[in-house]
Amino acid sequence: MAGQVDALFWFMFSVSALICLGVFGAMLVFVVRYQRRPGNEVAQRLGPTTRLELSWTLIPLGLALVPFVWGAKLYLDMARPPDDALEIYIVAKQWMWKAQHPEGQSEIDELHIPVGRPVKLTMISQDVIHSFYVPEFRIKADLLPDRYTTTWFEATRPGEYHLFCAEYCGTGHSRMTGRVIALGPAEYAAWLQGGPTLSPADQGRRLFQQLGCAACHETGLAPNLQGLFGQPVTLTTGQTVTADETYIRESILDPGAKIVAGYQPIMPSFAGRVNDEQLLQLIAYIKSIGPQPGGQPSGGPPPPGPALTPLPTPAATGGQAP
Amino acid sequence: MAERRTTLSGRSAVPTAPGLGGHVAAERPPALAEHFETLEQQHGVNALGMLVFLGSELMFFGMLFTVYTAYRLRYPEAFAMGSRHLDLALGGINTAVLIISTLMMALAEHSALRGERRWLPRYLALAILLGLLFLGIKGLEYYHHAQEQLLPGFAFSFSGPAAEQVQLFFLLYYAMTGLHAVHLTAGIGVACVMLALAWRGGLLGAEHWPLEMLGLYWNFVDIIWLFLFPLLYLVGRP
Amino acid sequence: MSATTLPAPASYATVSYGLRSWLLTTDHKRIAILYMISITVLFVIGGLAATLMRVELLTPGGRLMDDATYNKLFSVHGIIMVFFFLIPSIPTVLGNFLVPLMIGARDLAFPRLNLASWYIFMLGAAFMLWAIFTGGIDTGWTFYTPFSTSSSTTKVVPALLGIFISGFSSILTGLNFIVTIHRMRAPGLTWFRLPLFLWSLYATSVILVLATPVLGMTLVLVALERVLHVGIFDPALGGDPLLFQHMFWFYSHPAVYVMILPGMGVTSELIAAFTHRQVFGYRFVALASVAIAVLGFLVWGHHMFVAGMSVHAALIFSILSYLVAIPSAIKVFNWTASLHRGAISLDTPLLYALGFVGLFTIGGLTGLFLAALAIDVHVTDTYFVIAHFHYIMVGGMVMAYLGGLHYWWPKITGRLYPEIWGKLAALTVFLGFNLTFFPQYIMGYLGMPRRYHVYPAEFQVFHVLSTAGASILAVGYLLPLVYFLLSLWHGQQATANPWGATGLEWQTSSPPPPHNFVDKPVVTSEPYNYPTREPAHG
Repeated sequence: MAGQVDALFWFMFSVSALICLGVFGAMLVFVVRYQRRPGNEVAQRLGPTTRLELSWTLIPLGLALVPFVWGAKLYLDMARPPDDALEIYIVAKQWMWKAQHPEGQSEIDELHIPVGRPVKLTMISQDVIHSFYVPEFRIKADLLPDRYTTTWFEATRPGEYHLFCAEYCGTGHSRMTGRVIALGPAEYAAWLQGGPTLSPADQGRRLFQQLGCAACHETGLAPNLQGLFGQPVTLTTGQTVTADETYIRESILDPGAKIVAGYQPIMPSFAGRVNDEQLLQLIAYIKSIGPQPGGQPSGGPPPPGPALTPLPTPAATGGQAP
Repeated sequence: MAERRTTLSGRSAVPTAPGLGGHVAAERPPALAEHFETLEQQHGVNALGMLVFLGSELMFFGMLFTVYTAYRLRYPEAFAMGSRHLDLALGGINTAVLIISTLMMALAEHSALRGERRWLPRYLALAILLGLLFLGIKGLEYYHHAQEQLLPGFAFSFSGPAAEQVQLFFLLYYAMTGLHAVHLTAGIGVACVMLALAWRGGLLGAEHWPLEMLGLYWNFVDIIWLFLFPLLYLVGRP
Repeated sequence: MSATTLPAPASYATVSYGLRSWLLTTDHKRIAILYMISITVLFVIGGLAATLMRVELLTPGGRLMDDATYNKLFSVHGIIMVFFFLIPSIPTVLGNFLVPLMIGARDLAFPRLNLASWYIFMLGAAFMLWAIFTGGIDTGWTFYTPFSTSSSTTKVVPALLGIFISGFSSILTGLNFIVTIHRMRAPGLTWFRLPLFLWSLYATSVILVLATPVLGMTLVLVALERVLHVGIFDPALGGDPLLFQHMFWFYSHPAVYVMILPGMGVTSELIAAFTHRQVFGYRFVALASVAIAVLGFLVWGHHMFVAGMSVHAALIFSILSYLVAIPSAIKVFNWTASLHRGAISLDTPLLYALGFVGLFTIGGLTGLFLAALAIDVHVTDTYFVIAHFHYIMVGGMVMAYLGGLHYWWPKITGRLYPEIWGKLAALTVFLGFNLTFFPQYIMGYLGMPRRYHVYPAEFQVFHVLSTAGASILAVGYLLPLVYFLLSLWHGQQATANPWGATGLEWQTSSPPPPHNFVDKPVVTSEPYNYPTREPAHG
């Protein structure tokens, strides 16, 4: 795609250069040749001009259609990402980029992508208008605060590429830069597994927001999860269970299994929508807002968690089997 | 370079001639400004000037109309709700008031043309009074809105969903009717000046010209209201 | 009647003395001088901002100033240059001076309104300068929301007020020109006998009258939103940021034609005068001005191709943008053809006119690049766009303004400027300009974004070249400032028609008397009726 944009550019450059050579050349020749001097004190009469003028009206008009159609076709291609594109979310705020991979990885001011695979970015801004610009990919799209915008590209070579914010957004605009890092498929898969990422609890927090959990769990429609982890929970059946990892995992995948007393069975199931890694992240998050030694829910950065205990099989917990 | 080339084309291609409409002072009517040739030219200039001015005024209002329309299409329920909080009765009365005032202005022009020295100031005064009545009623409406806490940015409270968009409706309502009221006030001011002139016997016959300019302007202010009223007051009313 | 056979009438400039006679004048020529002084001062301020920016951009890191200061500088540069220099300059200086002269009238249609326009302009400039010097403005001249309504902490409202007020000055000037050209032409001066400068000013005035109000109300709404926190353009409050962009560019695109059309008109005058023959294809050139004005209202969306507009809208704006380029292309070809078989005097004004044609061609062609949707996606918001519009505005309009000043200087002041210095300055401007802005095309295509205070080191070489060019350009601008001033006292006295040009303005003394003409002119011939000889064959 970038190559095609360049092809159009060089075409226009060539035509423009020819026009410039023609016009400037003619100007130079005329100015030299028709200087006012003895023998050329008076200008020569102009003949009829209409035919010439019509030709240099209509020919440029026709010529102009070429870059229009060509540019439009490429633009339409840019507006239609392939169906199998890898979807990555971008959130911009003054003055940083946040990328969220579907596999759970998230990054700040960097975007790792696989080579040879179309990548579609779904983007939104948290404050003012920004613009996601990767010059070497020849793509650019504004990020608006109230709606998602999209762009897509496919890296053809591994490497690191400049990422710039291209819509003035305030003091730190020129520092809102980053890198797009294209990796070969194997390296990309490896990167997804490990490498520097945010802590699972932070990722879980993000997921918690992204999956819409807060819409119920922070508004009173569903149990408040602050200070919940590890505490006893009374169910509608009268039973009491402990809110541990298993309980939480089950509540996400099969919410109807256990309903907390005093609440309606309205939570949708997230089975199929979250993988285990994400479940772990959500659990890590809920742990991080669990009861703290001082008795208050944590409001600061999540404490470095101990290694997660292996999950007991569902049959080992109390409660009804589904 | 000591001397520029002399005019090779010989004499200028534009032979000057003794002027038309020569400068004998006694021939120039006192109303004729010194940079014009004839009264007819002066009148033509003033009329065209007023029309061009009204063209630019149209674009001022047009911009607000466009923004209003864009948001009305985007938030139809909220705008309908806002519109229902406008006083249709007062708005309707005001529409009639303005139309009649335009009629008075037209009658004033008519009397001026026919040299009717007594009627001209009367019609002018009526037009002014009706204009002031319009402003008064508008002020009353604004006062009611203020009492209902419908002043965007200052004191706005609206219970119900889409309060933000209702506030936007009211901001645009104030902007559009406010701009209109400012224009009407300016027109009233000029009309008062004309009234003073008419009282002393001016603006009659051949001198009615300024009044005709005011008439054009007054008509414009009326026409703008005739678009404002349905756009703002008649949204979502069956 | 040659001015040397009659005692010269008192000139407009010396018929009365004292500050009051200037500040309360209704003489269009004096008002033009008042504007000339004002916009020169404003140009210097805008130019100082650019100088500081270019010095800062010599190095990739921010050495001389912090981010916030840089952002204020580019905003000041843009606002002052666009609203307080480019839009007024040729119309209020050359237009005010020449329109009545060129049509054989004694003044504009509304002389007092003309004076009021200047005071309104000064009031707007005062607000703007106050905003700048008491903290500055950092939104860019484009005031995009929601940054300008909800995020910027600078003096946005006073700046908006300054622009809003000065907008009325534009509207009134445009109104004055339209009415004057319609109704006050000398007997025999039909539309197709008008000098091309007047055609271009007429088209400009139509845009001024119709487009400026839209900007005015848009800025009012931005100010209201900022003060009242009601969502008009801020999505956090329920508003639509794209609506702002549409409304803003609906004015600001035609505004660029306001800036360039008068320059095109001047160029036509200069080419006719210095080839000593009418312009090739007078009617096409005249009507092309009108076409540019009309089509210019239809293309504003091409500033928003990556902004989130629908694809269909983008396609329409793209094809229309190609359409609006055609009348400009016609003019360029016509001007070039005007040189063919002429009798050309390479005086300073013609140097500027030729520079205009060349640089406008390059700038205009790069506009075609931008109209191509896929290319625009890559280069919008980069230095490519900056180079594009500076080629047109500085390489085009400012050169036309300088060319016009040199051409009509004898008429305005009764003095001749020193020709050698004129040529030297023109050459300096041309070279300095190209060195400043051509590298910007390259670094723009390579990805250098605009409005960047710090940048990756790989772009430094282009920035260094650009700054070097800017220093040469500055010299080129300072030279006329100096020799024009000096010519007022030491310049050779000018005759009524030192260039031997056609046009009613040259049929009266230099400088003209207060009421322009001793006897009212009557026009009986076509415009630019220079004598010609039969084409020599071969």
